[in-house]
Amino acid sequence: MNGVIQDDEQVRATAERGSIIYLEGVTVDFDGFKALRDLNFIVNYHELRVVIGPNGAGKTTLLDVISGKAKPQSGRVIFGRDQDLLPLRENQIAALGIGRKFQTPSVYSNLSVWENLELSVKRASKGVFATLWAKATREETERIESGLVTIGLKDKRGVRAGALSHGEKQWLEIGMVLLQDPALLLVDEPVAGMTDQETEQTGQLLLSLADKHSIIVIEHDMEFVRQIARTVTVLHEGTVLCEGPVEQIQSDPRVMEIYLGRKKEKKEDAAAR
Amino acid sequence: MAESEIMEQGRESKEGLPFWLVGFFLLIVLPLLNVLPGAESPLHVSDFTLNLFGKFLAFAILALGLDLIWGYTGILSLGHGVFFGLGAYAIGMHMMLSIGTESVYGSALPDFMVWNQVKDLPLFWKPFHSAWLAVAAAILVPTAFAAIFGFLAFRSRIKGVYFSIITQALALSAWLVFNRNETNLGGTNGLTDFKTLFGLRLSEPGTQRALYVATVFCLGAAYLLCRWIIKSRTGKVLVAIRDSEQRVLFSGYSPANYKLFVFVVSAALAGLAGALYVPQVGIITPAQIGVLPSIEMVIWVAVGGRGTLAGAVLGAVGVNLGRSILTNHFPELWPFFLGGLFIAVVLFFPDGCVGLLRKLGGGWPSRKAGNGLDKPLAASDPR
Repeated sequence: MNGVIQDDEQVRATAERGSIIYLEGVTVDFDGFKALRDLNFIVNYHELRVVIGPNGAGKTTLLDVISGKAKPQSGRVIFGRDQDLLPLRENQIAALGIGRKFQTPSVYSNLSVWENLELSVKRASKGVFATLWAKATREETERIESGLVTIGLKDKRGVRAGALSHGEKQWLEIGMVLLQDPALLLVDEPVAGMTDQETEQTGQLLLSLADKHSIIVIEHDMEFVRQIARTVTVLHEGTVLCEGPVEQIQSDPRVMEIYLGRKKEKKEDAAAR
Repeated sequence: MAESEIMEQGRESKEGLPFWLVGFFLLIVLPLLNVLPGAESPLHVSDFTLNLFGKFLAFAILALGLDLIWGYTGILSLGHGVFFGLGAYAIGMHMMLSIGTESVYGSALPDFMVWNQVKDLPLFWKPFHSAWLAVAAAILVPTAFAAIFGFLAFRSRIKGVYFSIITQALALSAWLVFNRNETNLGGTNGLTDFKTLFGLRLSEPGTQRALYVATVFCLGAAYLLCRWIIKSRTGKVLVAIRDSEQRVLFSGYSPANYKLFVFVVSAALAGLAGALYVPQVGIITPAQIGVLPSIEMVIWVAVGGRGTLAGAVLGAVGVNLGRSILTNHFPELWPFFLGGLFIAVVLFFPDGCVGLLRKLGGGWPSRKAGNGLDKPLAASDPR
């Protein structure tokens, strides 16, 4: 990995200038299985980054580490200028402005679309008693209204979320994450199980969000990746295999190899990097 | 989109009328029918019946709290008998002390202590000389106990069936502790032979009537409290925890704190229920607070309809009324009936009586609960 990062000093300077999320030397070990090994990964402000990689490459673990669900055995995870994320719990990280959309749509089936969004809106306190006495402010109502328009569920505000179609649930969850007003959005396989048209719409939605937010998208669907990607990071066996524009990545022989078959020794892969 | 999937927004306003009707009936009509008509009148409600209803309504207070945590938040507690017991024993201890020298042995100590050759009143009994301290303890002791137990359990992210099992273990250990004579709480025989409460003789019908009225007031207050909680945003977070706890966590809420809150509220209601139960029934023993009664409490809520407050009240009163009638006529059939009822609910009407009524009435329960004990919904979603 030394080829990419020559100097700690230099990396730190970059971090302070432009990175929204900065991972250095992160290793996650699940009882002997290293889901991430000495991973270095940086995303800058206002960047839309797509992360691809075969199964088991550590893509979801990467999001787990950033959002606090998995704690690495070693390494540093810095949000923004100097916010260390490692000592924080998931809800504290969410409150800082990191929103996460899960792979399988997780919405509150027994609440209406409106209520789903209402609970997600960013508020000063999400403690039990503050929430007990909370009343919907006009600003919140307006934000929910505009969120409904963004995700195209304006006419379904009163519908029980459990009754939505799969694609609508995915959008609802994206809307819920957006209303948290995150600086960084983590999106795990948003188009899995969607129709072509829904996929297309989801791509446009993510692109339109990229102006205001930094986004990390994990995706398998290469056509979708081509639609939205600017920079692509390829993960392989817990480390970054390569990184670059989508055309370059697609023609990279190492990437083809890990997707099409593993002829070379794995160690050579790492060495090549 | 089917019409029925639109969530009814105006439902609250319709709930108001039944609440006042039921309140009027329980608070005015029943006591009046007890006092006014002569015993030969067909409308007469006997002292026995009124007392029975007082007991059922005390159970209904507990069922409301249990519904809050199980029906709404999806956490199945099999240990609520313990909180009920703590409330019941607190008042029971006060009433034991207020017997004074009227007891069988004529000692100022409770009879069972004389029997066990205890010479001095144990220190932890002393505050219970005061009736008001006992009333406060009946609520605060279960509250504090639930706060500590819940804090440890929810911080460690103990969920689902694991939580149910440790609460069941709690019920078992409480039963064992209360059964021991060394605990100085009357052992297997519990506390009984009460004479007075607040200076009123418990054998007087007037005292029992007052206890009944107090129970109705407490039930009304408990209902309004629970309703206020579930209508608030916190109530929506509770339902959200049931539907997708992970999403709640990643939306910036701490589910552990919400679960602790609802667990503590339900424990306080259980303690209150216990405190109202004891003077009306006249005895509390470990058998009423262990594993089996705790499970039975869950059945009340399941039968009535979890996820609806009216269902919890209906279930507690209905099942206990059924028990009273059946155990009078066919005592050996009751366990089979109770078990059969639970199986029927799980298999045929998972939303309980309230869900069944709504379905018959053509309405679809908007807070639909599924079959799973702690993880309803997702699988049964119509897509």
